[in-house]
Amino acid sequence: MALMESFTPIASTLGGVLIGIAAAGLLMFHGRIAGISGIAGGIFRREPGDISWRVMFLVGLFAAGVVWSYFRPLDYAFEIERSTLALVIAGLAVGIGTQLGSGCTSGHGVCGIGRLSKRSTVATITFMATAAATVFVVNEVLGGAI
Amino acid sequence: MKVKVGAFLGGLVFGIGLVISGMTQPAKIVGFFDFFGSWDPSLAFVMLGATAVYTPVYRWAVRTWQRPIWAPAFSLPTRKDIDWRLISGSAVFGVGWGLGGYCPGPAFTSLGAGSREAFTFGAAMLVGVGAYQLFMKAREGRTGGPVDPQAAAMIDG
Repeated sequence: MALMESFTPIASTLGGVLIGIAAAGLLMFHGRIAGISGIAGGIFRREPGDISWRVMFLVGLFAAGVVWSYFRPLDYAFEIERSTLALVIAGLAVGIGTQLGSGCTSGHGVCGIGRLSKRSTVATITFMATAAATVFVVNEVLGGAI
Repeated sequence: MKVKVGAFLGGLVFGIGLVISGMTQPAKIVGFFDFFGSWDPSLAFVMLGATAVYTPVYRWAVRTWQRPIWAPAFSLPTRKDIDWRLISGSAVFGVGWGLGGYCPGPAFTSLGAGSREAFTFGAAMLVGVGAYQLFMKAREGRTGGPVDPQAAAMIDG
């Protein structure tokens, strides 16, 4: 097991702190859990009065990409080998899986573990395990491309 | 108006955090799970940084505040049970995460950056999210109420 050159402990911790601040802000001001898949899923449920804040949060996420890519486009580099079909299957799995499992990395992994929720801890261990198994198959069995 | 601006700023700061931490680079996600290749532990530092801030704020706010600043009440998950949906859904999500290298947050932010891969992944992701929610809503309509009231009302995240 060799440590990657691109390991970024300081930047990743700082970025994590910003994520924590944003999630804490959404809790303190809006009383909501900052789970991206839950925020997105709620838009499709179309409950009156419960749509605009969700849309605006996702627009904010999108805007961060627009602004930051202007200065540092390489921060969005896609340096793994994936076919269009693999990306479509991956997107569908993430879309359906996060709704069925009611949460993703942010909702279960950050907020749920932060709340010391047993459900979220079990969910996080589960998706980490299947992600690791998938990467093992792609990298070690298929040679890194699919 | 302030609620909308606040939500926008929340998403903006969250997104900038994702980019700075490297989570919009799928190679770093795959690298975290690549224990047999060149391991990149960055993802663990992102989660540590985020929970280090979130955990104390959550405990303080939820225990001592009557209500959030702009809302009448906190909207928090109430479920405690581990059910098959939680496990199977999370398992399917993990497969997609390892395969595509994006989870939902970075997918939205990379979409804003004009990433072609994020567009392909993100479009499929939204189809998945929308199809699931519309299917569940249709089922609830036929049965005259939520099939699983708690699952419908209280999403974990």
